[in-house]
Amino acid sequence: MSVDVRIPTILRTYTGGEKAVTAEGATLAEVVADLEANHPGIGERLLDESGLRRFVNIYVNDEDVRFLAGLETAIADKDSITILPAVAGG
Amino acid sequence: MRYNSLLDSVGHTPLVGLPRLSPSPDVRLWAKLEDRNPTGSVKDRAALAMIDQAERDGLISPGSILLEPTSGNTGISLAMVAKQRGYHLVCVMPENTSPERTQLLTMWGARIITSPAAGGSNEAVRVAKEIAIENPDWVMLYQYGNPANALAHLESTGPELLADLPTITHFVAGLGTTGTLMGVGRFFRDAKPDVQIVAAEPRYGELVYGLRNLDEGFIPELYDESLLTTRFSVGPRDAVRRTRELLEVEGIFAGVSTGAILHAALGMAAKAVKAGEPADIAFIVCDGGWKYLSTGAYEGTLDEAEDSLDGQLWA
Repeated sequence: MSVDVRIPTILRTYTGGEKAVTAEGATLAEVVADLEANHPGIGERLLDESGLRRFVNIYVNDEDVRFLAGLETAIADKDSITILPAVAGG
Repeated sequence: MRYNSLLDSVGHTPLVGLPRLSPSPDVRLWAKLEDRNPTGSVKDRAALAMIDQAERDGLISPGSILLEPTSGNTGISLAMVAKQRGYHLVCVMPENTSPERTQLLTMWGARIITSPAAGGSNEAVRVAKEIAIENPDWVMLYQYGNPANALAHLESTGPELLADLPTITHFVAGLGTTGTLMGVGRFFRDAKPDVQIVAAEPRYGELVYGLRNLDEGFIPELYDESLLTTRFSVGPRDAVRRTRELLEVEGIFAGVSTGAILHAALGMAAKAVKAGEPADIAFIVCDGGWKYLSTGAYEGTLDEAEDSLDGQLWA
């Protein structure tokens, strides 16, 4: 599966400044592994030993993966993945 | 309806059906018109509850100075309550909020300290926390962590919804301080546990996410993920499109954050239709569109509106 992944400003040092990159994988975990293979260092900014880092939000087709299947969320061709840091509203 | 004072009239807002936007007679959308509160936003509930609680706790008395980080609406609500109760209010507000919010805050007597646009409300929270340390006699009610914020919705918004719509299946609201969703979510967890609690989180332009590193992220202390069924990120294009649709189709003139909420509500409605299940989906109209007229959200093409909202805190 090939998907577009939107990268937040603070992680673009790993993608050569690219706002969006293409990645492969049938699950989110595989997509993150593919990101790491092509953009070394980005993986550990997204994950720690417990899974998704506390201040990192990842959305598949705009839905927060924490309410889907987390890193095991199935990814289909042409899904859109967005990575964002947690920020305050209000 | 008669009330003894303006503050007594906070809440008790109408719930109106949206017969034209609802996908079928079995899957219905309902708008909770929080713009009918005294300052025209849902934040009146939390502001009044936080000040009431601080008074009961003996933290404030007339003449006290209140401090609050706010992107605008909570500040406006606090200023309205503060003016009537004899408090002074200092708001820390990001500089990339609409000028109407500054005008309204000033009108209700608040003093404004601006925080840098980059980093959005995160920066306002950080600056306010610094100011609080420098001014130990000022009282920061702190909407992001004050239990009275969520409690206001547990005690008023939730029961109002259930009374008006006993068949409710979904509740959809914006995720800012998380107070509305946490309070209403907690209410339904006890009162009607099968109600789905759905968050619509505004996705701003890049400037707002301009943190120096990921460890500077922010999650409100009130947030309890276990109360939510799911959470959607809604960008400005969908938010504006739905805001305009709500006006065009149902005649409701709402702010842009309401468009984001409606987008999530329509997503849940589509799922219900697909599953062949009846649904009564209630969502929050946070405020009217008045404060956002200058943002460009209501004029021109969607592309133009999207461009002009980029970098602004539109929710």
